[in-house]
Amino acid sequence: MSRTSDAATPSTDAHLALADGCLIASHRLSEWMSNAPTMEEDVALGNIALDLLGQARGLLQAIAEDTGRTEDDLAYFREAQEFRNPLICELPNGDFGHTILRQFFVDAWLADVWPALAGDPTVDPRVRGVAEKAVKENAYHLRHSSTWVLRLGDGTDESHRRMTTALDALWPYRGEIASDAWYARVEPILAEATLDIPPRDAWTQRSSADGWHTEHLGYLLAEMQSLARAHPGATW
Amino acid sequence: MTASTRSRAWALLEAVPDPEIPVVSVVDLGIVRAVDESADGRAVTVTLTPTYSGCPATDVIARDVKAALEAAYDDVRVETQRSPAWTTDWLSDAGRERLQTFGIVPPAGRKQLPLLVEERPAACPRCGSDGVEELAHFGSTPCKALWRCTSCREPFDYMKRH
Repeated sequence: MSRTSDAATPSTDAHLALADGCLIASHRLSEWMSNAPTMEEDVALGNIALDLLGQARGLLQAIAEDTGRTEDDLAYFREAQEFRNPLICELPNGDFGHTILRQFFVDAWLADVWPALAGDPTVDPRVRGVAEKAVKENAYHLRHSSTWVLRLGDGTDESHRRMTTALDALWPYRGEIASDAWYARVEPILAEATLDIPPRDAWTQRSSADGWHTEHLGYLLAEMQSLARAHPGATW
Repeated sequence: MTASTRSRAWALLEAVPDPEIPVVSVVDLGIVRAVDESADGRAVTVTLTPTYSGCPATDVIARDVKAALEAAYDDVRVETQRSPAWTTDWLSDAGRERLQTFGIVPPAGRKQLPLLVEERPAACPRCGSDGVEELAHFGSTPCKALWRCTSCREPFDYMKRH
């Protein structure tokens, strides 16, 4: 039996996972606004957060269109267990090294996801359009996060210690974003940053596809959704 | 549609500035992909392609375009088309000159290069020195990076090749 193409329905789990991943990663980065180590980095994290938000919106608009909802319904009126973002996206920021390593892992994931969608003619054209743009944006984000991982990993004793701590904390959350291509992208940078590469077969979390999340997502959503829920239907 | 009414729409669009970089118009930026008039010339549909996915200027531009064309049309529709993705190759020559004069160095070269090939502005827009260094990957808008001249020491914006 041949499998029929589902190209006409972008509201697949994979697209929702991608949209939610971008949305939640964007929100976490936006928490740094006015708090980043330097003004330039404040601007950088803000720019990356905006790109991710725009990418999320493009996907959510397509999914909303197909399911009779709006992008705001999806962003502001779903509960934590309805979100499908990879768990790593929702982890709290920690220190700057922790944030930038988390973003590096996410950027390295998207570096495979976007080109694959952009180059696949069977993918819904709306999703492909978002991907085509995102390929270039993400390449720039990955350059930025890789630069910081190198600088901090191979930096001072203190920055190296903090990056090692971040790596230990984040590695168990790679399960939903890691692939052979991901490892091939991430490991050389970690090595050049003089960080010990943890084993590929080490234990990992992978549960967002079933709607299980860390305790952190609920708090994030409480902040992100509060305005829309306090004033339903408000526009400006 | 007649040539004269079609050029009327484009002329109106050429007067719509980018809200963040008002020295260039939306036509200079290369984000106007199509202008389609109805047979009776009373309705028009403008197709725009956003520069960056999350650029906050996108919504403002759509609103400004609508307002500008409503001066000449009864019905104005603005549509978004993401593919093919906008590239700085679509900046007009006039737009590139205006950016340079304004103090924003336009992207180096017109040809698409592989991603992440190191790029740099050719010279400082103020003193013309070719001694320039990058201060930050990201600048005050999504399309720009922050650079500095090592001769006159002035920082300046560089529109990234994208």
